Amino acid sequence: MRKNGNRDTGVLLIGGSAGSLKVLFDLLPDLDENLGFPIIIVVHRKAAADSQLESVFEKHTKLKVFEIEDKMSLEPNTIYLAPADYHVLLETPTELALDYSEKLHYSRPSIDVTFQSGAEIFGEKAVAILLSGANHDGALGLKYVQTAGGLVIIQDPETAEVDLMPREAMTQVNPDYIIKPADMAKLINTLANKTNNQ
Amino acid sequence: MEHAILRDDELDLLFEEIAEKYGYDFTLYSKASLKRRVSRICMMDKLYSFAELRYRVMHHPDYLQRFVEEITVNVTEMYRDPHFYKTLREDVLPQLATYPFIRIWIAGCATGEEVYSVAIMLQEANLYDRSLIYATDLNPTVLEKARNGVFSIRHMKQYSENYIISGGKKELSSYYMANYDVAKFHDKLKERVVFSTHNLVSDASFNEFQLIMCRNVLIYFEKELQHKVFNLFDNSLEKLGYLALGSKESIRFSNLENTYKKLGSDKVWRKLQ
Repeated sequence: MRKNGNRDTGVLLIGGSAGSLKVLFDLLPDLDENLGFPIIIVVHRKAAADSQLESVFEKHTKLKVFEIEDKMSLEPNTIYLAPADYHVLLETPTELALDYSEKLHYSRPSIDVTFQSGAEIFGEKAVAILLSGANHDGALGLKYVQTAGGLVIIQDPETAEVDLMPREAMTQVNPDYIIKPADMAKLINTLANKTNNQ
Repeated sequence: MEHAILRDDELDLLFEEIAEKYGYDFTLYSKASLKRRVSRICMMDKLYSFAELRYRVMHHPDYLQRFVEEITVNVTEMYRDPHFYKTLREDVLPQLATYPFIRIWIAGCATGEEVYSVAIMLQEANLYDRSLIYATDLNPTVLEKARNGVFSIRHMKQYSENYIISGGKKELSSYYMANYDVAKFHDKLKERVVFSTHNLVSDASFNEFQLIMCRNVLIYFEKELQHKVFNLFDNSLEKLGYLALGSKESIRFSNLENTYKKLGSDKVWRKLQ
């Protein structure tokens, strides 16, 4: 286990699949409003999904919520949702990009794609959390985040509705935290950038 | 990790050299996407260093074609975003029907799935015989696939569902011949289509259209290049013509916002002046 100490957080990346929405909806209401960094959430969803997810998320958080559009700017204290059927990339620390290339792990959006891109742009300032899911997506992405010096957090598989994704990830990386959903919001709040909160 | 071999400055250099030597200009493409594509082709072609990649691209013009094909994203579907096609069918085509002759440009058509989608809708609206579709892409290899009109049968179930949601009244299968694992679309559907190479980055306007469709192409372009391409579209669109973009794209990065009006919730804009 590694302590995050006084590190700055540039971005929080959250990936999940089956069983992850409930975890998100439970933790989001407890997040501080002044975290000082943006949150990008990649949840596997049906290609034909409507855009209702944005309004559903809004009901669970005080933070602003956007479904990502082409070249959307990335701002702190805001939640960005990967749209159905696009991969989400980071172009710069302040700009998002979309990509309609081949599916990965039968998934578009793919968690690996966004985690890797976040790792490249933010390096050790990236934090990634992988939640419940029935897929191998995310494991390689966490590896990129860890290699770049970022912080890696995995939902305790014992608490996951579907534990394949967190278990697969644990074979690929040695996470900084293995954590129960109930403790997640508290941990995320400790990542808040102190300077931004003054 | 395989991506460590690609540095941003090296990639910039490579794309400058490619633009200079071959005229394919990717220097204003979005870097994040481009980098993924280059990593991907390095892995596929077992190129283990930047020097190897650069040598192959710069000294083997034959390889350049493959490089261009692989670093551009050619993934497309029939009736993707069926709601968009419903808007096209119900709101746009009835307006186009008022013209004696209809010209449509599908820019960045890749393997052509959208071209056949539109051709079918024009047929069903009884407009096909007085329409001409220009289907363009920078990539000759994918255009050849588009021209063939042969697609994998395993996608047809999804395409049929989308076709029905878009307001299609027939069976999608009535437009193709199934043969083992492929679906070959009827030749009639390409009689009124001109397939041609056209590079949005470097080529000029070549006609005036009443509808330009360019969906999920601009996401790969930086804002500055988007701005330039929007001007090209504006110069190629008749007054009261329509511009259709992908579901997450917009005309924000253009100076067209005052002269174009958005149609409802879909990504379709109408040129007002």
